[in-house]
Amino acid sequence: MLAYIARRIVYVIPIVISVALVCFLLVHITPGDPLVAVLPADASQELAAQLRAAYGFDRPLPVQFGLWLLRALHGDLGNSIATGRPVLAEVMRAVGNTVTLAIAAAIIGFTMGILLGLIAGYFRETWIDKVATSFAIAGVSVPHYWLGMVLVIIFSVQLNWLPAVGAGPNGSNSWAWDWAHLQYLVLPAITTSVIPMGIVTRTVRALTGDILSQDFVEALRAKGLHETGVFRHVIKNAAPTALAVMGLQLGYMLGGSILIETVFSWPGSGFLLNSAIFQRDLPLLQGTILILALFFVFLNLLVDIAQAAIDPRIKRG
Amino acid sequence: MSELPLSATADAALQAAPATKARGYWATVGRRITRDKVSMACALVLILIFLSAILAPWLGLEDPYKGSMIRRLRHIGTVGYPLGTDELGRDMLARLIYGGRLSLVIGILPVILAFCIGTSLGLIAGYVGGKLNTAIMRTIDVFYAFPSVLLAIAISGALGAGILNSIVSLTVVFVPQITRVAESVTTGVRNMDFVEAARASGAGPFTIMRVHILGNVLGAIFVYATSLISVSMILAAGLSFLGLGTKPPEPEWGLMLNTLRTAIYVNPWVAALPGAMIFAVSICFNLLSDGLRSAMDIRN
Repeated sequence: MLAYIARRIVYVIPIVISVALVCFLLVHITPGDPLVAVLPADASQELAAQLRAAYGFDRPLPVQFGLWLLRALHGDLGNSIATGRPVLAEVMRAVGNTVTLAIAAAIIGFTMGILLGLIAGYFRETWIDKVATSFAIAGVSVPHYWLGMVLVIIFSVQLNWLPAVGAGPNGSNSWAWDWAHLQYLVLPAITTSVIPMGIVTRTVRALTGDILSQDFVEALRAKGLHETGVFRHVIKNAAPTALAVMGLQLGYMLGGSILIETVFSWPGSGFLLNSAIFQRDLPLLQGTILILALFFVFLNLLVDIAQAAIDPRIKRG
Repeated sequence: MSELPLSATADAALQAAPATKARGYWATVGRRITRDKVSMACALVLILIFLSAILAPWLGLEDPYKGSMIRRLRHIGTVGYPLGTDELGRDMLARLIYGGRLSLVIGILPVILAFCIGTSLGLIAGYVGGKLNTAIMRTIDVFYAFPSVLLAIAISGALGAGILNSIVSLTVVFVPQITRVAESVTTGVRNMDFVEAARASGAGPFTIMRVHILGNVLGAIFVYATSLISVSMILAAGLSFLGLGTKPPEPEWGLMLNTLRTAIYVNPWVAALPGAMIFAVSICFNLLSDGLRSAMDIRN
C-alpha cells in the first residue's frame, strides 16, 4: 500500500509542474498589456516601464515562469493588481466559502444519487427505474445557472421564503453555522447538487445492474441469503467505482462553481475568478486558477488512494 | 470461356458481401432508433428548433433587434407578443427563435471541431503507440488536471470575451476527452487479426488507419461526441451568461438570460424563457445520444 501511495505521489509531481505551466502560459497568451488595469490611460512611457519592471513583466518568459514557480512554492503568488492584497490570502478566504457550498451540495447530491441509483438499478426496466432515470437525465441536462434563477424566482421572488443572493445577512462575507447564514446556503447548494445527483444516479444504477446480473449474486440467493444481505454485497462491490466518481464530482463542484456563485453572488473562488477576469487582474486570475487546479489534482490523488485502500485489486494491478 | 461468367459472379458476390453487411449494421441501428419513441420525440423537437432557427427571417417574426421603451417586459400572452418582451422591449418569441442560430452554432461547433482533432490525435496515438502515444497522452493528462468548467473559463477569461474565443476554449476542453476515448478504442482494435492481415498483405499505416481502423472505431467515438453536445450547449451559453461569449445586442440564449436577470422581480417567467430553450436542446441531445448508444449496442 505504501509503495502504491509513493508511486502515485511521484506521478503527481510532473502533473503539478505542467499545471503551473499551463496557468502561467494562460495569462501570458492574453492579448493586451497586463498592466492595463492599473495604468491610467494617460500614463507616461517611463511610468509604464517602471511598473512593468516592478511586476517583472519585462523579463523573458522562461525566467518569469521560474521566478513565479519558485515564489509560488514559498506560498507567494504575488499581489492582486486591483486590491494590492496578497493573492494567496484572497484566494484561500474565497475557497473556504466554495468548500462550504461544495460540501453542502455533495451531501444533498450524493445521498440523492446513491438512493436513486440503487433503487433504479434494483428495479431495472420498471416504472420506478424510468422515474429515477428521468431525474438523473434532467439533472445532467439542466443549465444549472438557469435552475438557480428559477429557484430564486420561486422561493425568493414569489414565496419570499429564502434570500436570493449573498452568503449572510447584511452582505456578510464570513460564514457561520446558524440559520441566519444557513438560509443563504439552501438555494445555491440545491442548485450545485443537481449535476452530481444525476451523474451519481447513472453510475450507481449501472453498477447495481451489472453486479446483480453476475453469477455470484445468483449463488448468494441460491444459498438462501436474504435480499438485504445481497444488497450488502452490491454496495461493497459498487463502492470503489462510485467513490471515484463522487470524488471527481466534488472536484468539479469546487472548480466549476463560477456560474452558480455568479448567480447567487456567493463570495467564493468562482466569484473571485469572475471579478479577476473582468478587472483583468492577472496575478489574481493566475493564482485562483492554479489553486483550484491543484485542489483538483490532490483530490484526485486522495480518491485514488482511498480507492486502493478499499479495493485490493487496484494496488496489485 | 464458359467459366468466366461464373467466376465473375463469384467475384462480384465476394466484393458485394462486406458492403451489404456494413449496410446491414447501420440499417439495424436505424431501425432500432426509429422504433425508440423517446429518441424520435427528441429528434422531432431538435428538428423543429433547428428549422425555425434557420428559417427565422421567413417566419414573419418581429425584428429581434428593435426595442421600444414603452413596451418593456410585457408578460407572456400579451396580444402581439405571445412570449412577452424583454428589458428593452424586444419581442421575446423572435429573440428566442433567432437566438437559436448563435446558441446552436457556439454549442455544437466546438464538439465537431474537437471530434475531428481528437479522433485524429487518438487514432495516431493508439495506432503508432510507443513514444508518440506517451507524448500525446501525457499532454492530454495535463488538461485532465483541470475541471472542465474551470478550464473553459480560464481560457475564455485569458483570451477575452468573444464568440470565436468561446468556441476555441470549448474545443480545447473537449479535445482531450475525445482523444482519450479514440485512443482507447483504437488500441483495442489495432492488434486484431484483420489489422494484422491487412499489414501482412502490404497495406501502409495510413491505409490501415483510414480503411481498417477508422471504420471500426468511428461509431464509438461519434456516440461519445454526441453525448458532449449537451454539456457544450450548457457551457457555451454559460460563457455568454458570464459575459465571456456573445456580445449584446446579439440574440443568444445565454446572454439573454444574463441581461434578463435584473428583470426577475418584474417579470420572472419571461426572464426564465431563454434558459428553458437551453434546457430543451440539452436534454434532447442527451436522450438522443443515449438512444443512439443503445441502438448501436455500445457500452461505456
